[in-house]
Amino acid sequence: MSKALEAVMSYVPQSLQPFVLPTIQILIVFAGLSLLVAYLVYAERKILAHLQVRLGPMRVGPHGLLQPIADGLKLLLKEDIIPRGADKFLFWLAPIISVMAAFTGFALIPFANNFMITDVNVGLLFILGISSLGIYGIILGGWASNSHYPLLGALRSTAQLVSYEVALGFAIVSALLLGGTLSLRGIVEAQLEQGVWFAFVQPVAFFILFVAAIAETNRNPFDLPEAESELVAGFHTEYSGFRFSLYFLAEYTAMTLVSAIAVTLFLGGWLRPFPSVAWLDFLKYTPVALLLFAAYWCIVHGFRLPKGREWRWQRLILLALGGGAALLGAVLAIPAVADAVQGVFWFLLKVSLFLYAFIWFRGTFPRYRFDQLMRLGWHFMIPVAIANTIFCGAALVLWKKLEWSFVGTMWIGTLLTLLFALLLARERAD
Amino acid sequence: MAFPLLTFWLLAATAVVSAVLVITRRNPVHSAIFLIITLLSLALLYLQLSAEFLAAVQIILYIGGIMVLFLFVIMLVRLDIVTYQAPFNRQWHVAGLAALILLAEFALVFYRSRTLPTVAEAPPTILQPNTEQIGVTLFQNYLLPFEIASLLLLVAMVGAVLMARRR
Repeated sequence: MSKALEAVMSYVPQSLQPFVLPTIQILIVFAGLSLLVAYLVYAERKILAHLQVRLGPMRVGPHGLLQPIADGLKLLLKEDIIPRGADKFLFWLAPIISVMAAFTGFALIPFANNFMITDVNVGLLFILGISSLGIYGIILGGWASNSHYPLLGALRSTAQLVSYEVALGFAIVSALLLGGTLSLRGIVEAQLEQGVWFAFVQPVAFFILFVAAIAETNRNPFDLPEAESELVAGFHTEYSGFRFSLYFLAEYTAMTLVSAIAVTLFLGGWLRPFPSVAWLDFLKYTPVALLLFAAYWCIVHGFRLPKGREWRWQRLILLALGGGAALLGAVLAIPAVADAVQGVFWFLLKVSLFLYAFIWFRGTFPRYRFDQLMRLGWHFMIPVAIANTIFCGAALVLWKKLEWSFVGTMWIGTLLTLLFALLLARERAD
Repeated sequence: MAFPLLTFWLLAATAVVSAVLVITRRNPVHSAIFLIITLLSLALLYLQLSAEFLAAVQIILYIGGIMVLFLFVIMLVRLDIVTYQAPFNRQWHVAGLAALILLAEFALVFYRSRTLPTVAEAPPTILQPNTEQIGVTLFQNYLLPFEIASLLLLVAMVGAVLMARRR
């Protein structure tokens, strides 16, 4: 592998060599993310449909598997309308800012210890900064449309994002206190060193991060900027065709980004469950098991399709998918390959759990009212987040001075925070 | 060596051009956007000087926080009236005087800096992460001034809340 790389490198001019590997990695991440987002939309439609006892997309390809491609083509071919009186330049710029902010954050995410684009020693701050740029896509898009509903959506969105960014920041502070570094790779390695994922010693911070992440990505139950019963479609009411699809892309990419941040900070990033227990090493074959299961499912359902000419293509695609999954599983069963991909696999598995939760919440929770949302943010989340940061810092000092067990000391801090939250909630109820 | 120099000139030119556009655009939203671009290129210049912490904080505070609130306020104003007014005309002379004084100061600094010794080349080793250094400087060497400054901010904040409440 490295020899082949060196052979390729020798054709590249000396001054450009440091840019070759990152460029390849960026292309892989970009292409992978675009595909992931397309199928995330499909997964969302499928999961929501099943939650509501429907079938979801079934027509394009077997079980609607080619639906994202059809959707993409449709959006590309649709007429692109710019309303009269809109600020043309900003109308054009706003969705691009959204997409750029969502994708750029991935440059700093450590997908695995052998696959990350870059590791900066202020990585966490940079991700915060870059993702806070995404808000401009919403504000400017809403304002440039020169229309009432988008403007209201944009104003709501600004207030919401600014409020929840504070709680998000405090939740992240406790993760970096535990990790002792701002480098995302360093934080994952600190979790390996302590032998525990930070979600299990700082559950309150994890919860706050999760809720704030949902609010930051404008997802249900905090999707007020695009509440369809009040604001038509919020900030992107006037957008159509390709520009609308850019907003769509940005929303789902941002969802993936916040999931990736939460996984890195609190769920051990690329680490497998119980990374320090040696006899669980066989877990590196989990992707093989999953792929073989998928292959089995595809092949069985391929044969179960009704007889007849119109089902011939669907059956062929399903069987081909099953065969492909089985083949991939066989390749991953080689120990060297399994070792190489297991980091990426665990990372993606955890991220997809988060994404499932996002979709699940959309299917189950009713939307907050705007004043409730603000009250929750300012009167509950932020005080609890501040208290958690203080108790977490105090527990860290205790742990370093008294040399008690790490988990035990951290839980003292967490229990104190929970007590504070309880008192706060009771006082609010009175 | 050519690449850092190229990025420096590119960023510096962007910063200056968009700073000029901030004060020449009639539409306040456009001005705000160009101000964001100026701040962003300044952040990237900090990054080029290996001051990562400063760059990140510049982006988070100025671009992610303050400018968002700027835009929030601008959007609540009726732009079609504001665009055709020139509300600051009366202070033209004061502003011109202040600009002249500032220009003189800059000229003085530039003139003096000719005789200053040149800064030593940075060591070829990787620089220490400066986040910790900034933390140590703020919270150990300059703890008292730092706390006084934060107290001042707190007082201003409480005052603002009080004034908003009274109405």
